[in-house]
Amino acid sequence: MAVERRAEVLSTTDVGRALTRVAHEIVERNSGVAGLVLVGMQRGGVWIAEEIARCIASFESQAEVPVGSIDVSMYRDDIALRPVVPAAVTDIPVDITGNTVVLVDDVLFTGRTVRAALDALLDHGRPRAVQLAVLVDRGHRELPIRPDFVGKNIPTHLSDEVDASTAGVYVISTSIGNEMRKKEVS
Amino acid sequence: MKHLLSVEELTADQLASLLDLTDHMVEISGRPVPKVPALRGRTVASVFFEDSTRTRLSFETAAKRLSADTLTFNVGTSSVNKGESLRDTIETLSAMGVDAFVVRHKSSGVPHMITEWTDASVINAGDGWHQHPTQALLDCHTVTRSFGSGNDLSGRTVAIVGDVKHSRVARSNIRAFAMLGAEVVIVAPRTLLPPEIIEWPVRVVDALDDVIDDIDVLYLLRMQRERMDAALVPSLGEYSARFGLTPQRARRLKGDALVLHPGPMNRGVEILVDPVDLPGSRILEQVRAGVSARMSVLYTVLSGGSVPPMGGAE
Repeated sequence: MAVERRAEVLSTTDVGRALTRVAHEIVERNSGVAGLVLVGMQRGGVWIAEEIARCIASFESQAEVPVGSIDVSMYRDDIALRPVVPAAVTDIPVDITGNTVVLVDDVLFTGRTVRAALDALLDHGRPRAVQLAVLVDRGHRELPIRPDFVGKNIPTHLSDEVDASTAGVYVISTSIGNEMRKKEVS
Repeated sequence: MKHLLSVEELTADQLASLLDLTDHMVEISGRPVPKVPALRGRTVASVFFEDSTRTRLSFETAAKRLSADTLTFNVGTSSVNKGESLRDTIETLSAMGVDAFVVRHKSSGVPHMITEWTDASVINAGDGWHQHPTQALLDCHTVTRSFGSGNDLSGRTVAIVGDVKHSRVARSNIRAFAMLGAEVVIVAPRTLLPPEIIEWPVRVVDALDDVIDDIDVLYLLRMQRERMDAALVPSLGEYSARFGLTPQRARRLKGDALVLHPGPMNRGVEILVDPVDLPGSRILEQVRAGVSARMSVLYTVLSGGSVPPMGGAE
């Protein structure tokens, strides 16, 4: 029988600290906030994009960074392989053409969602540059995609699940997953 | 969901998720580039054995916005005129690699029959007097989004007026509006009511004046002139006097009441006012919602997962 193990890897405080650092890095890399747009990927990335915008507003005076959200379901490469139902409507409040878009997601895994997000984004305009910020990078990339800003690198097993929210980041592994791990080692 | 043949086959959850997905498609349709790659590589064939420009174009526009390829089977110039059977036509098209058939036919049940001859998805775009499910979907979307009450119409009264007996639109819409919780009132001459109406979840009245002051949605059906010849109504003038939306009746509508019509309109018969003068008219919104609702249906039948999810979701 599968036994689920849930391990905390980041506490609420750690999440807040990691996002504050990411917010600083974004401002530093872009020498300010001019022309910056944060776009959260539905659904997990949206609260993170809002949180980063709040952080930036708290230390950069008069810095209102526009925040949008993007749903990438219609751009996925696994439509018809599994049920893909859009999570929420896309809402990008400003013209992204000529601006620097920071795509924001909670967990970076295979990179396929980011690939889909890049295609989705380009249908809304031609950004000057696109950067990627994630709270957690759990590895196992299947495409040549790398993040620009990472809250925390967490090595995981392929069969693990990662749950990221304001309540912290947890890695959920099952005993079935552990057996698979043993098999891979032997 | 593999096929969409009838509203009767939909569960309340499926209806709600088609309506929610339509919101997405509305957003996509409003973009500078109203096209997504979702159904790239899929082929949608429209097979219309009965004339309908607007429904066919609406489906084809929907398929193109989802990047599907489209084929149009034109009955007028096809081998049907050389005596090819319906089944041979479908099997021939299937062999070309069609993933979904959008079918309209004058006989009830044809879309259902076609599902037995092909592995492709089948979408009913109107069969005889039976069903027109995408019309019901776009009408429900138009009404619910106008009221801003999610997918819930409880406490609302919808009056469907006209030739219910010969109307696939009425059959689909009655069921769909009732599933969303609305009270459905049928307003029609007795001669234009089907015998099975006693089994439907509706109230029947025989004059528009009896309900015009209290309804939230006025749904006018097209009065088909050929019914006149069958002596089902004494004259079109008499029909208009009792069942038409006249300027006097339009003034009696509630302030937020909506007026819908599936088109094409018979001005001077079922509608005797210019719709542009009706603040509650949603007739053009219906056409707009039509493309998005059909995108929602095409996406749903063609994206059905055949393999369970792999690993953790990103």
